[in-house]
Amino acid sequence: MVGTRKGAFILSSGGKREKWDVSGPHFAGWEIYHMKGSPANPNRIYASQTSGWFGQVIQRSDDGGKTWIQPGTPPGEPTTGPGGMPKGESNKFVYDTSAETGAPLTTHQWYDGTQHPWEFKRVWHIEPSLTEADTVYAGVEDAAIFRSKDGGKSWQELSGLRGHGTGPKWQPGAGGMCLHTLILDESDPNRIYIAISAAGAFRTDDGGKTWKPINKGLYSQYIPNPTAEVGHCVHHVAMNPKRPNVLFMQKHWDVMRSDDAGDNWKEVSGNLPTDFGFVIDVHAHEPETIYVVPIKSDGEHYVHEGKLRVFRSRTGGNEWEPLTKGLPQNHCYVNVLRDAMAVDSLDKCGIYFGTTGGQVYCSADAGDTWAPIVRDLPAVLSVEVQTLA
Amino acid sequence: MTVAPTAKIRVILPPHLRTLARAGREVTIGIAGQVTVRTVLDALEATYPMLTGTIRDHVTHERRPFLRFFACEEDLSHGSPDTPLPEAVVSGKEPLLILGAIAGG
Repeated sequence: MVGTRKGAFILSSGGKREKWDVSGPHFAGWEIYHMKGSPANPNRIYASQTSGWFGQVIQRSDDGGKTWIQPGTPPGEPTTGPGGMPKGESNKFVYDTSAETGAPLTTHQWYDGTQHPWEFKRVWHIEPSLTEADTVYAGVEDAAIFRSKDGGKSWQELSGLRGHGTGPKWQPGAGGMCLHTLILDESDPNRIYIAISAAGAFRTDDGGKTWKPINKGLYSQYIPNPTAEVGHCVHHVAMNPKRPNVLFMQKHWDVMRSDDAGDNWKEVSGNLPTDFGFVIDVHAHEPETIYVVPIKSDGEHYVHEGKLRVFRSRTGGNEWEPLTKGLPQNHCYVNVLRDAMAVDSLDKCGIYFGTTGGQVYCSADAGDTWAPIVRDLPAVLSVEVQTLA
Repeated sequence: MTVAPTAKIRVILPPHLRTLARAGREVTIGIAGQVTVRTVLDALEATYPMLTGTIRDHVTHERRPFLRFFACEEDLSHGSPDTPLPEAVVSGKEPLLILGAIAGG
């Protein structure tokens, strides 16, 4: 499932991953920040459709992407029920300011250092529950986490994150103040990891009521206090579900690793040619095998030396090898954005990524060789994989 | 009891919202009572709930920044949403246009 600047595409293949069917564009002309299927019901797919003109729309498919609905109130029915209570409005993301939760609308740090109120802009990442098809989480800009328990019809903020105290120190990165990473832990339904640009990583161990920053060990020389509790520009975090206490992070600069659920981090950039980047992912069956795509610098958002190289470490970091077979090795100046890499769960793990140049590449042999599935889509914002039986 | 006459208001939607609403270029909305931008949008959102939030903010009801309202060759975007719309719109002779601003380069 590929989200792009101008619509969504669904690429389908058999287990050999050689011949691909391409469908789309779905939601043509809209930015599709993310699409993801429900582990509890593979036919259920959620998509974040967004526009600078028309705002946020949530789309849902119940037939594997063949047809889509906006899961709110059906056409012709009033949007309010008896007593004026709102019925389902699937695109309504309103920050929780209720007295019951004790979460007044706080402010965060603006680009000029002043305080700025939270303003909803879009959903960056959708994460369906591992066990309930109707439960789904959304990471949004300005940074917050929302949850729907009715299949995306209505959304409620888990306001403990935004309200836990450090919010006034969070600040937007160049892409906005977005909650872009959201990881559920199949071994502990109360544990969720999230990451925000530019605030850092956070974890809840009580299902989202309370959160703690997990940024100890991060060093960001571009912020006033390089080892601050919050303020780090975390670009992405990845976890192998079978080893949930081990996390890998691509920070603005630096590739990091935690062996204690984010409580402490250490740098594992090792011999990478540059450790700036956006994506990071973990092999589905080898939890010490990780992948990054180094980008030249924060001022030059394209791959290093004009070569599109995925770097793989089989040692959980520090020792990296370039993977180049089938990837362009000259005059290539694309970026790979933070949600644009995914892995499948077939025996020989497949790795997928999409570029800002509109190419989507697949490796059916864990990165040894690569081939483009499509070459000329709009700029790719996200790539997700569903491995179907 | 006197029942207010229902005005049939013609509304022209921008292309992306037609797709979202599964509607054509022009939709007709019935309004009982005063015809203003606010009452037209209230009725439009009641008929097409998926458009709620796409034209104006869910909570504040502020117009989204890159949308404009036009009628009878006049830009109504910056006026009060409670100002009565021109008689030509109320009578159905002219539509209310919702336009996406040209922006973004």
